[in-house]
Amino acid sequence: MKEHPLWKYLRPNALPHFFCPGCGAAQVLNFFLKAADETQLDFDNFVGIGGVGCAARIPVYMNIESLHGVHGRTIPWATGIKLHKPELKVVIFAGDGDATAIGGGHLIHACRRNLDVVMIVVNNLTFGMTGGQMAPTTPKNMKSATTPYGNAEEPFDICKLAETAGATYVARWTTDKPKKAKEAIKEALSHKGFSLVEIITQCPTNFGRRALSTGSGAQCVEWIKDNSVSLKKAQAMSSEDLESKFVLGTFVKKERPIFRGSSVC
Amino acid sequence: MSKNNKKLLSGTHFMLGNHAVVEGALAAGCDFFAGYPITPANEISQYMSERIPKTGGVFFQGEDELCSVYALSGASLAGAKAMTATASAGFNYMQEGIGYAVSSEIPMVIVDVMRCRGENYATQSDVMQFRWGASGDHEHIVLAPSSVQELFDYTLRAFNLAEKYRTPVFIMSETTISLMREKLVIPEEGGIEIVNRRKPDVPPEEFVPFQAPQDQAPPLPSFGDGYRILHSLNPHDEKGGIAWDPDVFEKLYHRITNKIHANYDDIVRVQDFDLDDADIALVAYGSESRPARAAARIARQKGIKVGVLKLDTVWPVPERHLEDLAKRVDKILAVEMNIGKYANEIDRVCGKHCDIGRVLKNRGEIHTTTEVLSAIEEAAK
Repeated sequence: MKEHPLWKYLRPNALPHFFCPGCGAAQVLNFFLKAADETQLDFDNFVGIGGVGCAARIPVYMNIESLHGVHGRTIPWATGIKLHKPELKVVIFAGDGDATAIGGGHLIHACRRNLDVVMIVVNNLTFGMTGGQMAPTTPKNMKSATTPYGNAEEPFDICKLAETAGATYVARWTTDKPKKAKEAIKEALSHKGFSLVEIITQCPTNFGRRALSTGSGAQCVEWIKDNSVSLKKAQAMSSEDLESKFVLGTFVKKERPIFRGSSVC
Repeated sequence: MSKNNKKLLSGTHFMLGNHAVVEGALAAGCDFFAGYPITPANEISQYMSERIPKTGGVFFQGEDELCSVYALSGASLAGAKAMTATASAGFNYMQEGIGYAVSSEIPMVIVDVMRCRGENYATQSDVMQFRWGASGDHEHIVLAPSSVQELFDYTLRAFNLAEKYRTPVFIMSETTISLMREKLVIPEEGGIEIVNRRKPDVPPEEFVPFQAPQDQAPPLPSFGDGYRILHSLNPHDEKGGIAWDPDVFEKLYHRITNKIHANYDDIVRVQDFDLDDADIALVAYGSESRPARAAARIARQKGIKVGVLKLDTVWPVPERHLEDLAKRVDKILAVEMNIGKYANEIDRVCGKHCDIGRVLKNRGEIHTTTEVLSAIEEAAK
């Protein structure tokens, strides 16, 4: 049997993966490895970081130097690594809860500092691993395990948050746009400075069943597709029409000095 | 601003305690510091922000204590000798990251300058937070300096122990000594012992990252050395793979705790003063050993056979030294600046062999010599 072209990047003793059937996080692993392969990423000088959550397992399945297992602290780890050994390429794989709930405080400061890391935010709009509780990204009025009458909170727009805080590369795509998502990761890998790629992903098990009344991955992707608009189209739309829509595209791409420490002489 | 770019400022100084911590760290090879402002530890980060960039290291002011302590993990795994400094309330926040460092066996040095809750007065009230603050299984190494000189010496030693045992090592500092100026002698280069972590002596394909004898830590390659290790908080097998198996879990945490227990002789240090013929022994640690020693000297002049056991290592508990002492004296007095926390440990180890008395003070002030002397005289009646 012919070996999968990306198999060489995986860590066999960590497999099989634990993603549910139809999960979008597994697709993000695929997008990343393709992007890494096509950009000939130097895996010996690479560190992959995951916190806690479904998406946090992505680096666990790759045969790389990796850190895993503490909720919300991916950016602090990355900061220590990059400040001590700037030549290492560091990529963070974080869920929306990891990145913007418990780790939200760190996110804005990494953007502000222009820490030279790539952060891929796998946004499934819920806390998937713990059973589908409301996240800071759960759309308003949507049902979740902790909002049985509909979410009473306003969700974050992660890309706007990153842009406002000072990130120098910001893009959003969906699992429905695999090539665009891969290309954005490639751009982020070659960008110098804080790069955030948000990928809206389906969680059929916990977001689909609770919020969309479907456990089908395909139907969840359809829902994401139906609620997505390109940046170009969005510019001609009213803010009312844009409510609860995922605007897709590259929002920021600029140069700014990267972070090298708080007291540099 | 400091014009000095030397890591080792050999010579005699009159120095602030918090600054001596910085010099001890730099002497040990510290090249990464992260911290968040908190009184009375601020002079450590402020002085470090001057000194460490000049010596080729990195200073990072995190957005909070969590960021700071996790930055140490990242930097240490990338090969740095890393330190942070905080005070009691900030130490609370760091406990999360300390648990992670224990689980993945990451060397680092953490200084906690103990203060009263919500105020900066003198106390030793964190002695149990050091021991039990982090969730999960762990054995910590905690050193308790009592002077500016010991702040330098013990900080240097803390780095060496952290590197040797791949674990966080703690300096239990206090408001008393951190903000005090005293004589400090920094040795010449030849007079300083530096320990560096062991690196693997086999190629990556043969290296088993979490495999070691039950009383040791495994070698630790740095990120970028090509070993491609997974460092997870989750229970992991010897290869580093996330694995839930009761046998694997038990073996992992037995080794992580036993590497401290089994090396008691290397880790635990005490100093004894006038204990050879003593009937009464004072047991003290940190700055409380100062009034204890002063009071014992006066009591001796008054004919009371009293001595002092000063615990340089507070955790692990110097059990063999304490038990040996308890068998030789009639009474032990635990001298402590809190509600009597470590006194319980002394009672646990010594209580079956001799009487235990408690000399406690929990009002933001160190014991005076007179107060300790009165307690000795009372005990000698």
